[in-house]
Amino acid sequence: MSWLQILWFFLLFVLFSGFFVLEGFDFGVGMSTKLLARNSDEEDQLVATIGPHWDGNEVWLITAGGAMFASYPMWYASLFSGFYIMFFLVLFGLIVRGVSFEFAAHAETKRGRNIWRWALACGSLIPPFILGMIFTAIIQPLPITKAGDVYPTLGNQINLLTIVGGVAVTLMMLMHGLNFIRLKTTGDLRKRARDWNSKLYYLLYAGEIVFAVLLFFMTDFFKERPISTLLILVVIVGSTVAAHVGVLKDNEVLSFVGSALGLVGVVGVIFNGLFPRVMIGQDAAMSILVKDASASPLTLTIMTIVAVILLPIALAYFIWSYVVFHKRIQAKGAVSE
Amino acid sequence: MLLAMDVLSLARFQFAMTTVFHFFFVPFSIGMGLVTAIMETMYVRKKNETYKKMAKFWGKIFLLSFAVGVVTGIIQEFQFGMNWSNYSRFMGDIFGVPLAIEALLAFFMESTFIGLWMFTWDRFKPAVHAIFIWMTWLGTTLSAIWILSANAFMQHPTGFAINQATGRVKLVDFGAVITNPQLWVEFPHVIFGAFTTAGFAVAGMAAWRLLKKDQVDFYKKSLRVGLIVGTIASACAIGFGDLQTQFIIKDQPMKFAATEGIYKDTSDPAPWTLVELINTKDHTTTGNIEVPYLLSLLSYHKMNGAVKGMETANKELQAKYGKDRDYYVPVKTLFWSFRVMAGGGVLLFLLGVLGLWFSRKKKDTLLNQRWLLYILGFALWLPFIINTAGWFITELGRYPWVVYGLYSIADAVSPTTTAGQLLFTNICYFLIFTLLGGVMIYYSHRVLKKGPEGDLNTDYGINSDPFAKEAFAK
Repeated sequence: MSWLQILWFFLLFVLFSGFFVLEGFDFGVGMSTKLLARNSDEEDQLVATIGPHWDGNEVWLITAGGAMFASYPMWYASLFSGFYIMFFLVLFGLIVRGVSFEFAAHAETKRGRNIWRWALACGSLIPPFILGMIFTAIIQPLPITKAGDVYPTLGNQINLLTIVGGVAVTLMMLMHGLNFIRLKTTGDLRKRARDWNSKLYYLLYAGEIVFAVLLFFMTDFFKERPISTLLILVVIVGSTVAAHVGVLKDNEVLSFVGSALGLVGVVGVIFNGLFPRVMIGQDAAMSILVKDASASPLTLTIMTIVAVILLPIALAYFIWSYVVFHKRIQAKGAVSE
Repeated sequence: MLLAMDVLSLARFQFAMTTVFHFFFVPFSIGMGLVTAIMETMYVRKKNETYKKMAKFWGKIFLLSFAVGVVTGIIQEFQFGMNWSNYSRFMGDIFGVPLAIEALLAFFMESTFIGLWMFTWDRFKPAVHAIFIWMTWLGTTLSAIWILSANAFMQHPTGFAINQATGRVKLVDFGAVITNPQLWVEFPHVIFGAFTTAGFAVAGMAAWRLLKKDQVDFYKKSLRVGLIVGTIASACAIGFGDLQTQFIIKDQPMKFAATEGIYKDTSDPAPWTLVELINTKDHTTTGNIEVPYLLSLLSYHKMNGAVKGMETANKELQAKYGKDRDYYVPVKTLFWSFRVMAGGGVLLFLLGVLGLWFSRKKKDTLLNQRWLLYILGFALWLPFIINTAGWFITELGRYPWVVYGLYSIADAVSPTTTAGQLLFTNICYFLIFTLLGGVMIYYSHRVLKKGPEGDLNTDYGINSDPFAKEAFAK
């Protein structure tokens, strides 16, 4: 295993974390349009918080996918072809969600508009749930052939851990979205988002405990990497507590950072537990390993150079756009502060 | 065996369907970005509010197209892994780098700046705001370079070696990948095709409004911008198409011979066949209408020179890659696609010249030339057909290879994917695309109807619910 391979395994963790954190809140806001908002004005107010950002946030997923193709083609090929229908469902969610913003703006009737808002809500619910399932499915042993093809059974895809994983990721993204709404809105929505989260955090604690227990019984994480796994789980719970404190003490930044860190932790515990494998075989000899799955050293070198040059530039204007739109979105008809 | 074949055809069908649909919106968006940026720049320069209205108005259609382009693009990225996992393993070392650069460089740029552009009309100085649309456009254009560099490798592999242990390609010279000669004839051809698409689409949409004598000043200015972009771009697209032809004659003689429907080597000088009926079984053609010398002229820019036929090309390919199969491509599709593409391209260029002539400043009689406005109005669909025909030639003409000479389409498909899965996703994609395409066209039509003064979502009174009965009545 070369340091380049380890670097790119780490960078994939970074890119997927970026996606979980950034598109995480805008999935959460998307779900909230049909959970939290009580009328179409409130829906608009919520959508306005992510309007300029959702496309950029989604690029993190596209970049993560592209980088996986580039740095770990064997992983990319086995994962995407193996979990075929699941990835299709993710795509389905992303498609209806992606067009919903523009289409809702063009709809001229309440009904037409409502259809696209539902598309947004459902399209924001499906991808986190399914991605949560996929990520928790690949940390359990899978039937892998010598050629690296994965043939997951239905039980490999739908079991206790993957369902808990799907629900947990969805819940975390919803709550992360609510924390974002607290940061980005004024008025009733801001208050209601806080009320929701003040209750939801108890549910999340329960979910995290169940997740940790299932991780113990259904994966080899505690056997292979007990200390780091435990440490990351502590980080996840710790950041959840911090976010919860942020809710109780009305510290919105603390809540947002806490829920963001919790999502990074989820990606972290998965990547950490997988390493040095990328896919775990039921027959351990069939596991796909970091050392075998990557692209050539030259490709990884070029990608490193490219990332070193381009990522800071991309991040600079990416962050700048958040600065430009830093103001809170007010409720329609509200008197400005 | 039968099932394996089904998987392959279903996967190929899916790739064709998703790519063709995606590529309705890609060139349109790239071109609309440019047209909108030009309009906004004219507003900055001339301080004429009409140009601002134009940028905002055509920007709405740009954004609709962009949205559909983005969501159908994600399918493409996932599809390589989902349906073509062996291809991904084979090509990963090469394909990954351009794809990652495309994301880091182009996708971040276009997605961030389009957000800034949409929501900051009144917050930044006009000149600064115009930079946002230019950056968006630059992002879309840069993305074309990188994805086409992967395509160019598949047409004409460069800068690689075969890894003896795995049999897969391995990058040895990244410089050679991005200086691939195929790329630098393909990219300009595609990008000018994109500008052509938007130019004539804008001109066509404006022509329909002008026929109704609606907002004459606004739509005539729009039509002029569209025609100027479209005419210049179509001339360039034709020019680079010619360069690409020169390259393909040498590089993929089978593809070229098929676009001309030639089985036997031609005489010297070679006549060009306008139309013919092709019998793919007996390798004969009938009903040829020929123009003497023209094929030599098109192929070599000379009045002489014979062109290799498919039978010779097939023999050469057999000598090179093995006699166990034939290397004929889908001849009829290529032959007719080429006629649609080249003929359509020339037609658009001529239409552009005519339109610019009749709307010239000195003697503007465009509104009286209703015949021309009608033709321009219908011609707005033509670039989309031309683009599709062009990709049919490029992609089908590579048959049986997915990576030319290195890897066959049959080897590339995912071993794990089943016919049932593919059938299911094919049906779903078809339904989704029908819906997206329909809604996109419907809303664009509404934008046009409401005109430059129309606002989004201010009037709930008009029923234009895309699912309502009334929507289909009119």
